[in-house]
Amino acid sequence: MVEVKNLTKRYGKLTAVDGISFTANEGEVLGFLGPNGAGKSTTMNMITGYISSTSGTVTIDGEEILRNPKAVKKNIGYLPEIPPLYVDMTVRKYLEFMFDLKKVRLPKREHVEEVMRLVKITDVKERIIKHLSKGYRQRVGLAQALLGNPPVLILDEPTVGLDPKQIIEIRKLIKSLGKKHTVIFSSHVLSEVSATCDRIIVISGGKIVADAKTDELSSSISGDEKLSLDVEGSVSTVLDTLKVIPNVLKIRKIREVSDTTARYIVEYKKDKDVRRDVFRSLANAGCVILNMQSGNETLEDSFLRLVAEDGEV
Amino acid sequence: MRAIFKRELSSYFNSAIAYIVMAVFFGFAGYFFVGTCFVGNVSSLSYTFSNIIMIIIFLTPILSMKTFSEEKKQKTDQALLTSPASLFDIVMGKFLGAFAVYAICCMIFFVYGLVISFFTAPDWAVIICTTIGLLFLGGAFIAIDVFISSLTESQVIAAIVGMAAGLVIYMLNTFISMIQVDWIASALKAISPTNYYMNFTYGMLDLTGIVFFLSVIALFLFFTIRSLERKRWS
Repeated sequence: MVEVKNLTKRYGKLTAVDGISFTANEGEVLGFLGPNGAGKSTTMNMITGYISSTSGTVTIDGEEILRNPKAVKKNIGYLPEIPPLYVDMTVRKYLEFMFDLKKVRLPKREHVEEVMRLVKITDVKERIIKHLSKGYRQRVGLAQALLGNPPVLILDEPTVGLDPKQIIEIRKLIKSLGKKHTVIFSSHVLSEVSATCDRIIVISGGKIVADAKTDELSSSISGDEKLSLDVEGSVSTVLDTLKVIPNVLKIRKIREVSDTTARYIVEYKKDKDVRRDVFRSLANAGCVILNMQSGNETLEDSFLRLVAEDGEV
Repeated sequence: MRAIFKRELSSYFNSAIAYIVMAVFFGFAGYFFVGTCFVGNVSSLSYTFSNIIMIIIFLTPILSMKTFSEEKKQKTDQALLTSPASLFDIVMGKFLGAFAVYAICCMIFFVYGLVISFFTAPDWAVIICTTIGLLFLGGAFIAIDVFISSLTESQVIAAIVGMAAGLVIYMLNTFISMIQVDWIASALKAISPTNYYMNFTYGMLDLTGIVFFLSVIALFLFFTIRSLERKRWS
């Protein structure tokens, strides 16, 4: 179990991570989603003890990382953004070195073989890492994280540089690992997180902007009380028009669809269908509705909205 | 510590570094040996020993330049620092790896002793003690260079600063003679490694020398640990 409390990292005046708190339970695959530079890697580096936090704590299975680093680090397998490979070694030699470094107490030869089979790098085991393609390197990095079967796996963008077939394989692997391990993995690709994770944490600007089960994240913002609209016309007119409609609770512009058209989310009171009113009002105001959907905000929309709310987009 | 030591050693021998360092060391040592003992017809190795220090000053930074700078550049330090190995184990493993290659180089002086023994009885006490002195002196250089390597991401910078540091230490006695203020001069004299090294060349195991060099090594390895730690907290 991984427990993160008020984790903060400041570099001088810049706050990279700003008071992040969450818990990842055993057997859970947790997705870290956020645009580039949101603070995903910094958070992971703090969880694994590579860098210290300015404030806040990371507790893994009841032990705090800064208090008892040796014991905690034994329980973590970490694949950083750039796999930490000694490129002058062969794959097998490298994994055996990492095995020794991590002080794993399993039969060495068999365990290394098993991990290599798991990530499908057995055919390159005698090759020098320098000569391997990016996809293979990424998998060697993943193999390194799996050594010793640590209960917690932290994977920073594990599928970067892989081809589509490999991506699907690695996703499957992560999913299956999630049954026995606690897996936290980051990505800026939404479909990947939604395909692999049980729970998604969206980070933007160093803060958590959403933390929900994958299916909840999209449905919590969909359902009957919400309406997604593509409207042609000036934004201020549209907003002003919609605001005065009875039973409408909240209107948000989530993104531009084209130069003249934007997508809006309209929240309204439960059991009060406002679609007719919305249609008439906008028509009277001279704005054209190009698309109207009730409760169909996709995960992508909610992600963009979450990130945009934070003033990033 | 053992895992890191083993990896360091194999990385020296898998790349050309160990062989080049050994080739240069043996080449110059052989040249000094032949030039003084054979051509000059003397049985003492003292000229060989005093000349080789200059070579050591240039070779030890080559051995230690990549210890931490390369790890940081390739981001492999993430694997080391997130492993259960302590900073002490990491630093010590790396230091010992570089030191082992250097120690192999120094073994050549025993070969020279054997060569001399074909012609006349060599002064084994001097040869053994001076070699031990050289090991300590080189160990101190390596510890300093490992520390320098932990401060930069560039191997080249680490090597050049290391060589400069070695030269300053080598020439410290010359600087001292130019200093007019008494207490500064005597303080510098007390920390000049070459002075302590000289005691070994007389064929004695000088305890103050041993303590001095071990302290220098411990101090700079401690600095290295602090430098790695500081980066974590910045």
